[in-house]
Amino acid sequence: MIRLDLRSKAFGAARVLGPMALDVAPGEVLGVSGPSGAGKSTLLRILAGIDARFDGELDSGQRRAMVFQSPTLMPWRCVQDNVTIPTGATEADARAMLSRVGLTGMEQMWPAQLSLGQARRVGIARAFVGRPEVLILDEPFASLDAERIEDLLELTATLIDEFRPAVVLASHSEQELAALSTRRVRLEGRPARLIAA
Amino acid sequence: MGLSRTELATKGGAQTYRPRLSAQQAASRLRAVASLLALVALWALVAVVLNDPLRAPGPQQVLPALWDGLVTGRMLPDLTVTLRRVGLAFLIAIGVGTAGGIILGLSPRLDRWLDPWLTVLNNIPALVTIVLCYLWIGLNETAAIFAVALNKIPLVTVMLREGVRVLDPDLNDMARLYRMPWRARLVHIILPQLAPQLMAAARAGISLIWKIVLVVEFLGRSNGIGFRIHLDFQMFDITGVLANALAFVAVMLAVEWLVLAPLAAHAARWRRT
Repeated sequence: MIRLDLRSKAFGAARVLGPMALDVAPGEVLGVSGPSGAGKSTLLRILAGIDARFDGELDSGQRRAMVFQSPTLMPWRCVQDNVTIPTGATEADARAMLSRVGLTGMEQMWPAQLSLGQARRVGIARAFVGRPEVLILDEPFASLDAERIEDLLELTATLIDEFRPAVVLASHSEQELAALSTRRVRLEGRPARLIAA
Repeated sequence: MGLSRTELATKGGAQTYRPRLSAQQAASRLRAVASLLALVALWALVAVVLNDPLRAPGPQQVLPALWDGLVTGRMLPDLTVTLRRVGLAFLIAIGVGTAGGIILGLSPRLDRWLDPWLTVLNNIPALVTIVLCYLWIGLNETAAIFAVALNKIPLVTVMLREGVRVLDPDLNDMARLYRMPWRARLVHIILPQLAPQLMAAARAGISLIWKIVLVVEFLGRSNGIGFRIHLDFQMFDITGVLANALAFVAVMLAVEWLVLAPLAAHAARWRRT
């Protein structure tokens, strides 16, 4: 589960996030919307444990995973290595998860040989292979066409149902938020605060 | 998914890329060989026109001397010694420079303090460093190799620091999120991104280092190509100077073609898709 009690997050003198409390239970998907620059990515980086420089407390489990806005793959490592090296997963587990996301036979390909949709599937496989307790989704389907988004939404929903992590999804897309979220909030103001959507 | 200039092969489950020599690449290599041959021909022509084999020997004098030195094995001990010095100094310079570059690139505060030091070190003439090392450490092998490495370390540090400054922050976030150990981050995230800077530093370094090694040997060693050139200088043997220099140029070309070029191709194999 995710539990955040944030008092403030600032960059220098600029306060970006104001006081907010956030609880997400296993299997729950919290959808976060808000205008560009509201602080969604900052909030997600805090929840993912990437940014520890904030005033407050975070309890977000040991096994965290994230699907980034860009696929964020190591272009000099093959698809399978992109799953095993960051997560420490075995090759067998990586192959099984790559198969789950529809990339059977592509394990040894370079990321540059993949389409954007396939690269995003690698990101999803990397996120789920470690059976995460916490999953952060930051605009995970950006720049894809409608058909690919439908496929990936269905795939992601299935995997969330199976592994039941506590999920926070940030997106501008009403379609994505509606399809995956079990609860929704909106980030607004300066410094930003959470408002029930 | 174009594999225009590469051949995709699957062997034992692992996919490898085997570069094919395209017509364009073959033409480029032929052009390089023709250009070198033209240079030798021009040199021969100038030597014939000057007609002074003592002061302006042509390839007709130098190449037989070089061939003789190689086939009789006379040049080999000096070539080996110089190559060993070049190799050691190169490894020290690349190792220390890379570590320094990564540290300074990752620590802007430390970089602000040490950047002026790098500027100073980069502008100390090689001859000054060599003489000081011989005076401080003594006329020995340690001083020779240390002096050469010291000349190259600041440049490698600067090149690698610039590379670290443009590392992909998203990959760094990914590594932090998945709590990749420091060694794994270095091997899988940082060094692959620094491959272009490392190759540039290696190529610039090896050519600079062997020239400095010759000076070091000229000034304070009793073997090596630089020492032989010193003897040839004292005997006013210009043919000998050129034959010794050409021998080592050939060795360094072999290092470039047999070691550095394949390494660069391996590091960039993922780009050829």
